Amino acid sequence: MSDGLLHGVVYSVLIVSVVLTATAMALWFERKFAARMQTRLGPTIVGPIGLLQPVADLLKLLQKEDIVPDNADAAIFNLVPPLAALAALGAAAVVPFSPSVVASDLDVGVLYVLAIGAVTVLPIFGAGWSSNNKLALLGGMRAVAQSISYEVPLLLSAMVPVILSGSLRLGTIVQMQADHHWFVVWPFFIGLPAFGIFMLAMLAEANRIPFDIPEAESELVAGVTTEYTGMKFALFYMAEYVHTIVASAVGAALFLGGWDGPFFPGLHWMVLKTLLLFTAVYWVRWSLLRFRSDQLMGLCWKWLVPMGVLLVGAAATWVVVFP
Amino acid sequence: MTPDALAPYLPLLAVLVLAGGLGAIVSVMSALLGPKRPSAVKSTIFEAGSEPSPGSARQRFAVKFYVVALLFIVFDIETVFLYPWAVNFKALGWFGYGEMAVFAVTLVIGLAYVWKKGALDWES
Amino acid sequence: MTTFLFYFFAILTVVAAAGVIAARSPMYSAMSLVGTFFCLAAIYALLLAHTIAVLQVLVYAGAIMVLFLFVIMLLSLGEAVGPAKVTFPRVVGGIASAVLFAFLVVAARPFVPVGAQPPPSFGTLQSIGAQLYTQWLAPFEAVSLRVLVARVGAVVVAKSRV
Repeated sequence: MSDGLLHGVVYSVLIVSVVLTATAMALWFERKFAARMQTRLGPTIVGPIGLLQPVADLLKLLQKEDIVPDNADAAIFNLVPPLAALAALGAAAVVPFSPSVVASDLDVGVLYVLAIGAVTVLPIFGAGWSSNNKLALLGGMRAVAQSISYEVPLLLSAMVPVILSGSLRLGTIVQMQADHHWFVVWPFFIGLPAFGIFMLAMLAEANRIPFDIPEAESELVAGVTTEYTGMKFALFYMAEYVHTIVASAVGAALFLGGWDGPFFPGLHWMVLKTLLLFTAVYWVRWSLLRFRSDQLMGLCWKWLVPMGVLLVGAAATWVVVFP
Repeated sequence: MTPDALAPYLPLLAVLVLAGGLGAIVSVMSALLGPKRPSAVKSTIFEAGSEPSPGSARQRFAVKFYVVALLFIVFDIETVFLYPWAVNFKALGWFGYGEMAVFAVTLVIGLAYVWKKGALDWES
Repeated sequence: MTTFLFYFFAILTVVAAAGVIAARSPMYSAMSLVGTFFCLAAIYALLLAHTIAVLQVLVYAGAIMVLFLFVIMLLSLGEAVGPAKVTFPRVVGGIASAVLFAFLVVAARPFVPVGAQPPPSFGTLQSIGAQLYTQWLAPFEAVSLRVLVARVGAVVVAKSRV
């Protein structure tokens, strides 16, 4: 087995297991964090300070009966949960955790992340359609409409670091920021709003609060996952967390200088920045209310898209005036 | 023999295979390990927790979803055209700036047009 | 390794493409089409066309597929239709496809043995952009006008019915 192949296989196993472990921790962290925000204690029983709660959840879900409802399209119904996990984990492959810890630093890295983000709608739609449940299907349709709408500001805001650095390779973009400035620091009047749009659009694509209209539990029960039980439900649930973690990591790499930072090794900084962004996402999630459908679409098309176009223009002007 | 340019795709493929494989194994495990006590009531759809509403779920959907998809494709393609420009921008300089200005004008006209026509309003 | 992967994805592409036309339910056709898109993207990547590969996923699987799904929902075509009937247009279509296939095989033959190693920049977004925005500038700006027309068309078609 050649060196390159060995390196590739080792790092892919590493990245997948790290992201999955991080997801388990994120499940615990969110519950604890939400509990503290609501002056509750959160999980305390399983393990020290409830740390083993995700393991308990997993074991519980494994013991649940696997139900395919009447008239559901069994083939698609069973096919899509692994695909949802696949799409969510797939984007993690190109995230640079340090100059050397990256599974695959693709030449078209940024576009790859966006492409994988774009196809996450397909399993969600498939789940909604195959469930034979009106609410699930409506949730699926809303999820797709929302995700594709926010794809446009996402593409535009991710282009700002590409213009500033002249590369699509995430490693090069981070190195560029390490050599000069993080893009949120300078030029901050371009980098900061672009970063904001990027995170908002990423959240919307992952259907997180305040963008969780597709699974608004007060009107759609649980959206596309309503009919799913056991591990198939868990896969969708997990995919959402993985998506948030990966989005935080990509946001940190594109705008916050990735592994760059003083005193500590690059890996520590990257993990710290990802965690900070992740915490911010949950802070928002437990503080804000849900948007209405029309507000959601209005925010995207009438605010974020024009702002994205402006920011791309501003970044181009900046680069051409101060080369 | 694998060319060097293909080297980054191997770990990518490995991640995708691993992720998909794990997902598949976990779903199958759930089906094997879980109890199997089917009943007529259990296999009806849950929907909102009470009697399922009559009729098939796969009914016609509003045209507004279709409008969003059409608009999205047009904007998506336009934005994708910006990416090869963005990576070459430093080499192209003012020339590239000028040609993208022309492109951006058509983009802005298009955006203004669909806005004016009300295609960006969700409930119409 | 590359040859094995190529045949693997090529066979998958053909199987998925056959699934698109053989499936009796439009939703299964659509799902097969997604499979075709992904296998095609893998083949593009094997040909070192990195940009085309990723755009195949981003634009076709991510965007055009969604439009197809929404059209299926709009027309309420989700349920399976009856077995296929042999009709005159289908026979003509089959013959036309066979002729087109034969033509493509003949046309593609001179290009089959590719021995030369492409330069390292081949297929990257940089090299595509460098050509697109210098040599092929006029077609590029023409595309922008076409996209504008497409957008007007989309609004006219969709909004007049609401």
